[in-house]
Amino acid sequence: MVSRAKRLVRGCIGLLAPALLLQAVAARAATEPQEGWGLLNMPKGVTSVSREIHDIHMVVLWICVWIGVAVFAVMFYSMFAHRKSRGHKPATFHESTSVELAWTIIPALILIVMAFPATRTLKELYDTSEADLDIKVTGYQWKWRYDYLGTDVGFMSELATSQDSVYGRAPKTEYYLEEVTEPVVIPVGKKVRFLITAADVIHAWWVPDLAVKRDAIPGFVNETWARADEPGIYRGRCAELCGKDHAFMPIVVNAVPEEEFNAWLAAKQADAAALRELTEKSFTLEELMAKGEEVYGRSCASCHGASGEGIPGAFPGLQGSAIALGPVADHLDVVVNGKPGTAMQAFGAQLSEVDLAAVITYERNAWGNQSEDNIVQPADVFQFKQAR
Amino acid sequence: MAHGPAKGIRRWLFATNHKDIGTMYLWFSFAMFLLGGFFAMVIRAELFEPGMQIVRPEFFNQMTTMHGLVMVFGAIMPVFVGLANWMIPMMIGAPDMALPRMNNLSFWILPFGFSLLASTLFMEGGGPNFGWTFYAPLSTTYAPSTVNFFIFGIHIIGASSIMGAINIVATILNLRAPGMTLMKMPLFVWTWLITAFLLIAVMPVLAGAVTMMLMDINFGTSFFDAAGGGDPVLFQHIFWFFGHPEVYIIIIPAFGVISAIIPTFSRKPLFGYSSMVYATAAIAFLSFIVWAHHMFTVGMPLAGELYFMYATMLIAVPTGVKVFNWVSTMFRGAMTFETPMLFAIAFVVLFTLGGFTGLMLAIAPADIQYHDSYFVVAHFHYVMVAGALFSSTAAVYYWLPKWCGRMYNETMGKVQFWISFIGFNITFFPQHFLGLAGMPRRYADYSLQFADWNMVSSIGAFIYGASQLLFLYNVISTIVAGKKVSEPKVWEGAEGLEWTVATPAPYHTFSTPPAVK
Repeated sequence: MVSRAKRLVRGCIGLLAPALLLQAVAARAATEPQEGWGLLNMPKGVTSVSREIHDIHMVVLWICVWIGVAVFAVMFYSMFAHRKSRGHKPATFHESTSVELAWTIIPALILIVMAFPATRTLKELYDTSEADLDIKVTGYQWKWRYDYLGTDVGFMSELATSQDSVYGRAPKTEYYLEEVTEPVVIPVGKKVRFLITAADVIHAWWVPDLAVKRDAIPGFVNETWARADEPGIYRGRCAELCGKDHAFMPIVVNAVPEEEFNAWLAAKQADAAALRELTEKSFTLEELMAKGEEVYGRSCASCHGASGEGIPGAFPGLQGSAIALGPVADHLDVVVNGKPGTAMQAFGAQLSEVDLAAVITYERNAWGNQSEDNIVQPADVFQFKQAR
Repeated sequence: MAHGPAKGIRRWLFATNHKDIGTMYLWFSFAMFLLGGFFAMVIRAELFEPGMQIVRPEFFNQMTTMHGLVMVFGAIMPVFVGLANWMIPMMIGAPDMALPRMNNLSFWILPFGFSLLASTLFMEGGGPNFGWTFYAPLSTTYAPSTVNFFIFGIHIIGASSIMGAINIVATILNLRAPGMTLMKMPLFVWTWLITAFLLIAVMPVLAGAVTMMLMDINFGTSFFDAAGGGDPVLFQHIFWFFGHPEVYIIIIPAFGVISAIIPTFSRKPLFGYSSMVYATAAIAFLSFIVWAHHMFTVGMPLAGELYFMYATMLIAVPTGVKVFNWVSTMFRGAMTFETPMLFAIAFVVLFTLGGFTGLMLAIAPADIQYHDSYFVVAHFHYVMVAGALFSSTAAVYYWLPKWCGRMYNETMGKVQFWISFIGFNITFFPQHFLGLAGMPRRYADYSLQFADWNMVSSIGAFIYGASQLLFLYNVISTIVAGKKVSEPKVWEGAEGLEWTVATPAPYHTFSTPPAVK
C-alpha cells in the first residue's frame, strides 16, 4: 500500500509539473508583446469590457486545465499501474450511484459559478445607451466605410498593402495586410457606438483590443460600443467569410485624445466642403487618367484585373468590353448603381464625383480601349446622379 | 448459409448484404477522406508562409469549402454508416439490415452526389466557395453559377443519410435477437439508434435550407434577401438547427466505438452503462436547443444570448459523465495497449481538450473574441479529427481481424498511431494560439505576426496527412497478406455477439437468432 501511495504522489507531481510550467509560460505570455512564438493568448485590450472578457477567459481556461489535470492524472496512473504486463488483475466493479451522482452535480455547480461573471459582462456589452459618438460602419466586398453620424464626414477604408507585396513581387513590410488607406479615428475615453451594417454580403467587424466583434448584415443594423482607455492604433480584421478577398479587408482604429479628434473631425468637414467645389471643375484627360488609374487600382482591380482582364467565369474583363466602349450613360449606370444580383457594387455612394469621373474616363481609355465619348467630367456624374 | 456472394461486379452493384454494403461505405469514405485531405494539404501549403504562393484567394475559398463538405458528408458520416452496417446486425444477433434494398440505394446514390459536388471544381465559375456553412447571401445572390450543382448534391447526400438512418432504426427496433432488451444492447448500437433519430429529424431541415436557396437563386423568392423582405439571419438559424445536431451525429457513434474498445483492452466491463445511455440521450436532446451559440455575434437580443449560453454550458455535464465513465472503466483494469486502445485513449484525451474549448466557446462574452477565429478551427478539429476520425481508425483496427480473418501489423499500427497523434497536435494545438491572438478562420493570407505558428501548423498537417497513407498501406497489406486469425474472440477481453461468430465473419451470420441471456 505504501509503495502504491508513493507512486500516486510521484505520478501527481509528474503531471503537476507540466501544468505549472504551462501556467508560468501563460503568465509570461500575458506580459510580453504578442508576436512570433510569444503569440499565445488573447490580448487584454484597452476597454473595460475587453479586460473583463480576458479575465473570464483566463478563469475558465484554468478551471478546465485543473479538471483536465485531475482526470488525466487518474487515467495515466491507471495506465501505469493497472496494466496487464505488470500482472494487475482486473476488478469487476461497473457502477456506483453515489460517484455518478457526484460527478454530475459537481460540474453543474462549477458551471453555475462560471455563469455569473459571464452574465454580468454580457449585460455590459449589450448596453449601447448614452453614447458620445455614433459611427456607422458599412461592410463592402472588400473594404469598410465609416460615416460619422451627424456630420458630413464619411470615407472608405481599404487595404493599403499592394498586390505586388501579396504575390511576392515586393517585400512584405511590418504592417503587411494590417494597413489601410484611412483609419477610423475615435476619441479616447468617450463611449463610441458603432452601428454596423453591410451593403452586399455578411461581414464581421472585429477589433480584438476593443473586444468588438459584430456581424455586418445587409438590411440590418447591429449596435455595439467601445470606450478606449488609451490612445493607440488598434488593428482588426473582417471575421465573417465574405468572398474572395475576405482576408484583405483589415480594420485600423486610431484612438486619439479628444482635442486631437475634434481637430481631425473639423479638418475632415473642411475637406468634404472642398470636394464639393472640385465637382464643378473641368479636368483634362491626363488629369483624369492619372487620378483614374489610382482609383481603379484601389476599387476595381481586385475583380476586373490590373489590366482589365477580369477573372473568367467570375468577373468580366473591361478590356474591349461593351460597357467601356459603349454609351457613357450605360457606363455611368453600371458604376454608380451597380448591377443588382451580381458582385458589381453601386459605387455611387462609395466614391466621390471626381473619383467616379476619373475612373470611368480611365476605363474608357486604358488598355487600348478607344471609345467615342472618352472624357467624363465630375459634373456629368453629378447630373447623372441628380437625374435619377 | 446456403449461398455466397454473387460473382464479379454484380456482387457490389446489386449488393443487399449488410457486410458488402458496409465494406463499400468504408472504402468510399476512405476515398473521400483522402480527397478532403488533399484539399486540406492545399490549404496548409498556401498558409505555410504569408503571401499568396500556390493558389488564388478565390480558389482557396473553394478548397476550404470543399474540404469541409467532403470531410463532414463524405468521410465522417459514411464511415460510421459503414461501421453500423457491418456491426449492428452482428451485435444484436440479426441476419442482416431490416431494409436491404434501401440499404443498396442509400449507398449507391452517394457517389453520384459527390460527383455532382466535385465536378463543379472543373466548371467555369469554380466550385462552391462560400464555406461549408454556406451563409446567404454569399451562397445565393453572390454565389458562383455552379451553386445549383452544390444544392442538388446536398439533396442527394441528405436523402442517402435519411434512408440509412431509417434502416438503422428499423433494424435495431425489429431485428434484435430474443432476450436482447434495449438496455442489454452494446453502446455502439445505442449511440447509433440515437444518432439515427437525430439524422431523421435534421436532414430534412438541411434539405429545406438548400431548397430555399434554390428558390432564391432561380425563382425570384427572397427568403434570405433583406431587400425583398427576407432575412439573411434566418438562413443561419435554419442551418444551425440542422448543423448543431449534425456535429453530434458525427461524434455520438464515436462514443459507441470508444465504449466498445476501452472495456475490451481494460478487461473490465464498461463503467456506468446506463448512465452512458442516459448521457447520450441527454446530449442528443440538448443538441436541438443550443443552435444559436454558433451565432453569438449576429446581434441576437440579450435574452437570447443568455439562454443559448446557459443551455450550451449544460452540455458539459453529460459529456463529463462520459469521460469520467471511460476513465473509471480503465481504473483498476488489466490494460494492454494495442493500436485500437492507443487511438481510444488518444480519443479520450483529445476529445476532452476539444470539450474544454467547447465550454470556453459557450461563454458568450468570451465568444465575442473567439468567434470565427482559428480558436474555433482548433476546437472543432479536436472533436472532429481526434474525436470522430481517431475513433473510426480505432474501430477499423479493432474489427478488421473479425472482418477479414487476418491480423494487422501491430508495429506498423503503433507507428501510425504515434505519427498521427504527434502530427495532429502539431497541426492543431498552435491554432489555439493563432485564434486567441486574432487570426480569423477562412483566411487565404495573414499578417506577419501569425507566420511562425502557421508554419508549425502546416508542417504538422503534412505529417498527419502522410500517416494516413501508412494506415491505408497497413489495411491493404492486412487484407492481402496479414497473419491469419481464426478464433472467434480475436481480442482476449472482447465481449458481445460479434465475437461469437466465426473469424473471418461468414457472409451470412445469425440466420437463426442466437440466445441472449
